[in-house]
Amino acid sequence: MSLEALITILGMAAVTFGIRAGGLLLADRLPRTGFVASWMKHLPAAVLASLVAPAVANGGIAEAVAALATLGIYVLSRNLFAAMVGGVLAVFLARMLLGG
Amino acid sequence: MSSPAASLPASNSFLLGMRMFVPVAISIAAYGVVWGVLAGQAGVTALEVLLMSGLVFAGASQFVALESWVPGSLPIVGIVITTAIVNLRMLLMTATLRPLTRHLPAWKALLSVYLVADENWAMTMGEVSKGRGTVAFLVGSGVCSWISWTGSTLVGRLLGSVLDDPTNYGLDFAFTATFIALLLGMWKGKGDLVPWIVAALVAIAAAKLIHGNWYIIIGGLAGSLAGAVAETRKGAAHVA
Repeated sequence: MSLEALITILGMAAVTFGIRAGGLLLADRLPRTGFVASWMKHLPAAVLASLVAPAVANGGIAEAVAALATLGIYVLSRNLFAAMVGGVLAVFLARMLLGG
Repeated sequence: MSSPAASLPASNSFLLGMRMFVPVAISIAAYGVVWGVLAGQAGVTALEVLLMSGLVFAGASQFVALESWVPGSLPIVGIVITTAIVNLRMLLMTATLRPLTRHLPAWKALLSVYLVADENWAMTMGEVSKGRGTVAFLVGSGVCSWISWTGSTLVGRLLGSVLDDPTNYGLDFAFTATFIALLLGMWKGKGDLVPWIVAALVAIAAAKLIHGNWYIIIGGLAGSLAGAVAETRKGAAHVA
């Protein structure tokens, strides 16, 4: 294992544990409702949306088709694994058919 | 020792937590395998997979980290900051567990929140609402979750190494597909529309204008702030 990977992983572990412990220690002072609570609640999905959007926007037609297929499969099956496999299959077929 | 609501001995509560968590652990294992395969694609070694899953133990942030994982020139600071942002919600989760851990010595309380993840936290809070939630239940379900996540990510990593060039099979799209599904799984209602759209648009713009992976953080912050503004404006800011 490289040193940079070790440092990155330990850094990720440290901030994550710090947050878990922080919630416990600050419990009585953290807002349960209102702006800050709402902001923290919205963070994970907003980060995921920021990851997905440029990938789809900058991809070709095959990627757009596959993204729609993934969306459809997930909405119907509620299954992450099925959606991933379906999306990969869709991009594979779309690239073959569209010659991408 | 006097613990208020615990009618069961701690060992029973621990085992109950483990047993009740098994069905959830199976679905965690399914996306753990996915993460392991993607980790292999990104160039994370099997030992690094074991270390990251075991120590960080936070799925969503680990998926996001892979997006920036370039062996040889890892953006260490960027990955650590993004991890903190994705996991910040845990601050609110462990805060709600404070009443359960109040009677414990500090080291035991800290050790128990190390095992807090979305799913076992939700299950423990469900038990709390029925008057049965205990730290032992949290730790039992947490241990089950930890074994499932760490084990399945390693299995995925080892399976993934069998594939040669992932792009040949469209596997490069697995990231995007997984993120789309993870995102959809977080849908809670119309209140999510504003933050998601703002995050997406800001991220697309930032990706064009700014070099590197900062668009992830920029879009995430913009979207979540927009969501908080929209929600508090409505005057109905209820957080579970």
